[in-house]
Amino acid sequence: MGFVIARRVLAGIPTLLGVTVILFITLRLLPGDPISAILAGAPATPEVVEALREQFGLDRSIPAQYWEFLTNAFTLNLGTSYSTRQPVSEMIGQQVGQTLILAFAAATVSAVTGIVLGSLSAIKRNGVVDGFVRVTSLINTSMPSFWVGLLLIMFFSFTLGWFPATGSGSLSTLVLPAITLGLAAAGTVTRLVRNSVIEVLGENFVTALHAKGLRSRLIVMKHVLRNAVIPTVTVVGLQLGGLVAGSVIVETVFTRQGIGQMLVQAIGGQDYPVVQGVVLVIAVIYIVVNIAVDISYSFIDPRVRTALGKG
Amino acid sequence: MAAVDAAAFTEVRGLRRQLRRTGVSVNSALLYASLAWMAIVALAALIPGVLATDDPTVLDPARALQPPGAGTLLGTEQYGRSVATLLVHGARSAMVIGLLATTFGMLVGSVLGLIAGYLGGWVDMVIGRFIDMLMCFPGVLLALIIAAALGSTTTNLILAVGIATVPGFARVMRGQVLTVRGHLYVEAARSNGFSPARTVFRHILPNALAPSVVMATVSIGVAIVVAASLSFLGLGPRTEVPDWGQLLSLGQPYLANSWWISTFPGITLTLTVIAVSLLGDWLRDRLDVE
Repeated sequence: MGFVIARRVLAGIPTLLGVTVILFITLRLLPGDPISAILAGAPATPEVVEALREQFGLDRSIPAQYWEFLTNAFTLNLGTSYSTRQPVSEMIGQQVGQTLILAFAAATVSAVTGIVLGSLSAIKRNGVVDGFVRVTSLINTSMPSFWVGLLLIMFFSFTLGWFPATGSGSLSTLVLPAITLGLAAAGTVTRLVRNSVIEVLGENFVTALHAKGLRSRLIVMKHVLRNAVIPTVTVVGLQLGGLVAGSVIVETVFTRQGIGQMLVQAIGGQDYPVVQGVVLVIAVIYIVVNIAVDISYSFIDPRVRTALGKG
Repeated sequence: MAAVDAAAFTEVRGLRRQLRRTGVSVNSALLYASLAWMAIVALAALIPGVLATDDPTVLDPARALQPPGAGTLLGTEQYGRSVATLLVHGARSAMVIGLLATTFGMLVGSVLGLIAGYLGGWVDMVIGRFIDMLMCFPGVLLALIIAAALGSTTTNLILAVGIATVPGFARVMRGQVLTVRGHLYVEAARSNGFSPARTVFRHILPNALAPSVVMATVSIGVAIVVAASLSFLGLGPRTEVPDWGQLLSLGQPYLANSWWISTFPGITLTLTVIAVSLLGDWLRDRLDVE
């Protein structure tokens, strides 16, 4: 078992290194000049510009800059922001909590919506409810998340006045962003739950329970769902990485604190170290979640364990 | 969001299957509605003057924030321009980015997938690793960094969105080539002494292409949404006439009182994605792809 985990974690390392290379090269090839972003329009002599280039290490070769970035990243030193002159890791540390809360809340929304709608449409398979769920899922998945967010603001903030349209911190500001982000992921969960409930409904033990005279509702609630939900848990786990990335848009719509909003602002201000740091953190979360889900499979399903061990 | 999400497509698939089973003719009605909608969007993209007679660049503060109905079909935004006119003129940018980004992603992705699947071995491993790495960036994020790095022009936006769709195409093509390569007619072509190029382009590619073509239709819808997202975030090209994403964000400060500015571009985007997904699924049936 330990071998399986170690193997999977080690396989993640080259991927992560590749990600840092792609990220670093992409950001260094850009035409904009970071020095002008640092100066933000202030007049400067060539000496000052030279001093700034040196201070931020921009005078060195790209491989040298990459090596420094990489070695520093290991010690959680992600450089200094051009605009605030604050350490990037500190800035991310202050904001990442808000984003993770949003992602977890959204995952909950996605799981609950998916399980309820998915099992309802599986039980009434091909009926009116099933059709209704399909149509709403189609509309939902076809709507860009920023548009869903704006709709929720219009309805729940301005018309009904239930939740604030913007802000962060309190629980009430979390509701609308979490729904926006969660709905975007709910379609996949709904479909998955529907399929796995249908599958479990056809198993022999369900027939046995019916024969025993158990009421249908009880069979579904106590026996079918419990078996059908296991694969769902892993998928919701897998979605977490994507949800962290989706926060970029949702946080901007709701002007909510977090690394997503930070990223958009940093891109606008050509603040490379911040862009680099935030994208790296999101990619690391994404990779780590994927590895964790892979490993959790082998706990849930022994067949996967042997396959991975041989693998 | 594995690289680029195509969830809408899967929803469409199930819906059409169900409609077929229940024997409702809604199925073909939906198809014609989608065709009609895409025809309107295409017309708006090609000759916007036919659908909207007024000039989308003329600002008229006196007509600002008028509700739909009174004089203008869908109301006016804060600078007095008609929302309907802006939507018509925004269609070109959406279609150009959707089509060109998809073409780019399909070409690059398919070539990568074809090479990886046909050659196998270490080439396959290197390409596979590269694709895996691209996939570590969720779709929107990848497009976001590339757009930020290249600067916000239409061409760069096309590249950014296109690159984000590369991994998907590469995977589909690679899988397909692996299946086709094992068939007897490929073996026959090889033992006839045909050159690898002839084997690949005359025998493997035509038989491996269908899933990529279907994926391309879906990818157009996805590309339109990703491009609109970047525009919404302010990373799109700065043009005189706002595209759909920009129009949505123009309306955001006025949501409380002038709902129509954001609502109509939102509906337009959604309808376009649905229409593209329905047409893609129809194509999937015609090409007999599972």
